[in-house]
Amino acid sequence: MLNLTSVDWLIMLLYFVFVLGIGFALKRYMKTSKDFFQAGRALPAWICGLAFISANLGAQEVIGMGASGAKYGLETAHFYGIGAIPAMIFVGIFMMPFYYGSKARSVPEFLRMRFDEKTRALNACSFAVMTVFSSGISMYAMARLIQALHVFDGLFHMLGWAPEGIFTFSIILSAVIVLAYIFLGGLTSAIYNEVLQFFLIIAGFLPLVLLGLRNIGGWAGLKASVPAAYMHEWKGVAHASTNPMGIEIIGLGMGLGFVLGSGYWCTDFLVIQTAMASKNMAAARRVPLIAAVPKMVFPFLVILPGLLAIGLPTPHTTTVITRGADGAIYHTTNVVSAQAEQGRGLVPAKINPVTGKPMLTASGQPLLDYDMATPNMLLHFFPTGILGLGLTALLASFMSGMAGNVTAFNTVFTYDLYQSYIHPGGTDKHYMAVGRWATVGGIALSICTAYAAISFNNIMDTLQLVFSFVNAPLFATFLLGMFWKRATGHGAFVGLITGTAAAMLHHGLTLPIEANPGIHGGWITVVHHYPSDMAQNFWGAIFAFSANFIVTVIVSLMTKAKPESELVGLVHSLTPKPPSENLSWWRRPEALAVGVLLGAVALNIFFY
Amino acid sequence: MSLDLRIPMGLMFSLLGIILTGFGLATNGSPIYNASLGINVNEWWGIVLFVFGATMYILGRRGQKRQASLPPEPVDNTRSRLGH
Repeated sequence: MLNLTSVDWLIMLLYFVFVLGIGFALKRYMKTSKDFFQAGRALPAWICGLAFISANLGAQEVIGMGASGAKYGLETAHFYGIGAIPAMIFVGIFMMPFYYGSKARSVPEFLRMRFDEKTRALNACSFAVMTVFSSGISMYAMARLIQALHVFDGLFHMLGWAPEGIFTFSIILSAVIVLAYIFLGGLTSAIYNEVLQFFLIIAGFLPLVLLGLRNIGGWAGLKASVPAAYMHEWKGVAHASTNPMGIEIIGLGMGLGFVLGSGYWCTDFLVIQTAMASKNMAAARRVPLIAAVPKMVFPFLVILPGLLAIGLPTPHTTTVITRGADGAIYHTTNVVSAQAEQGRGLVPAKINPVTGKPMLTASGQPLLDYDMATPNMLLHFFPTGILGLGLTALLASFMSGMAGNVTAFNTVFTYDLYQSYIHPGGTDKHYMAVGRWATVGGIALSICTAYAAISFNNIMDTLQLVFSFVNAPLFATFLLGMFWKRATGHGAFVGLITGTAAAMLHHGLTLPIEANPGIHGGWITVVHHYPSDMAQNFWGAIFAFSANFIVTVIVSLMTKAKPESELVGLVHSLTPKPPSENLSWWRRPEALAVGVLLGAVALNIFFY
Repeated sequence: MSLDLRIPMGLMFSLLGIILTGFGLATNGSPIYNASLGINVNEWWGIVLFVFGATMYILGRRGQKRQASLPPEPVDNTRSRLGH
């Protein structure tokens, strides 16, 4: 099935050599902790912009969007359109002046400046834990994929090693490489490698999409091969029953766009740290806007392989009967595994490892393993050579997810936890050393998480669930903090806790239709059913946001606010406008924002 | 500033392009290209990547030369940090 030759290995080796080489080259520029944790706040906007979206382009995006494309069709593009673009425009134009202008070294530190110590502590602790676990999940997903694709099987066979070691090998390999280049070059190294990985993903996936489209007969051919609803982003979105994802427009707009999208893009230090590494304010504001441009185009690169996979004909076991010259009759049988045959297109069915038969959904159809859509596309179309490139692009996307999490962790740990509570007043050199050791610690914890994920099957789902509980209300806190000078620390703290509690409560009381109570919800009692777990997700986010917002406002009005003098530069009404008047109109962040918005609207109209 | 990313990135993609194009030329007409609809993807995509890599490298070198001849850029240290 997978036959990797020396060319493929050469390409992979080339990538690893350059990744480490960049780390080594950057080591001598790491003189202060600012250089290490904040890339010296000296990087150009285009690099930060590409790193901004690349930090998010981990396992989830590349494989997951392909899987969603196979399962839901173009509606997946909503994740980009509604979820990300408006949030990115908002954070660039309106929030970056405060993030960058306050000279906070991390998002929790900004909360400390705007609110108080306990709000920072809450955010720092929850973020540190989440980001390390996310890194571990990336590692786990990568090792699993390497196993499933039998990437290292040939290599292990040649070296005489037992194939059971492939999982550990993958984990250790990724851990060592990421550890090395971050230890040496800090955030700069992580950002540079994220940009490298961005271009690699284009290099690996663009030819795949082109080949796939050509094979299926272009766009028209794709339209003819998949259910009609797959090809429309917006049609049928007014009601849950008329679109593949089972969401109605309020749930979609509010839940995904406003809350979840903003919750991530506007507050997650994983992405914000790349913008805060810019060389000046104008650059920092442009970063999310620059990132929004490829973000609009990327759907085609990562969702289309999923659509194509479903649209291509399903392989079947075929027997060809031929007659030889001597009169003999030959039966040539091309055997296709039950897994592939019972699937749809290139998406295989999930096989029950005990019975060997395909697993079935509640309605008796074979359960499809959508995660294999994109990898199977790579294996189907790519000959050796470019296949090595495609696999390297996949590995790169996993590792960039890890690296971003690790740099976010070491910064938050060193500045917000260590420097604030454990050892304040140390020398800069001391904190830089702590940062380097925090990198080691963070990666070690990630490895533990990856191994825990093997034993506890539901760990990935549980962790994602917990993260959603913590993330959903966040945006309300930042919104109020930056735009309402009356918001107080007590309000923010209580609001955050209430928001998370609301998310948990909502989850415990509702259940998607085809699921059983437990990890999917309804563990208190089932009060309401949702047509899909996505819908449940979105509405949960809306509840969490609203609860946080309302409680923060009420508690803030009941408590004393900080004097206005302390809030200059942290709140919109008390901050002088950033000086962009001296730039020509097309260079201003606002102009770029309008351009991005128009582009996004145009795309959505095209795919209506 | 420090290292201009376009230089190592350009170098990497140029080398990648050379490897792929070379391999593509060496295996021209081989049955391995049945999967890719008969197109020698290695050769063509290799050329594309090489052009991209070379462009990045040249831009990077030019940027570095320009940086070396400019006076050092003022770092944004004007306002002292709030709080803390």
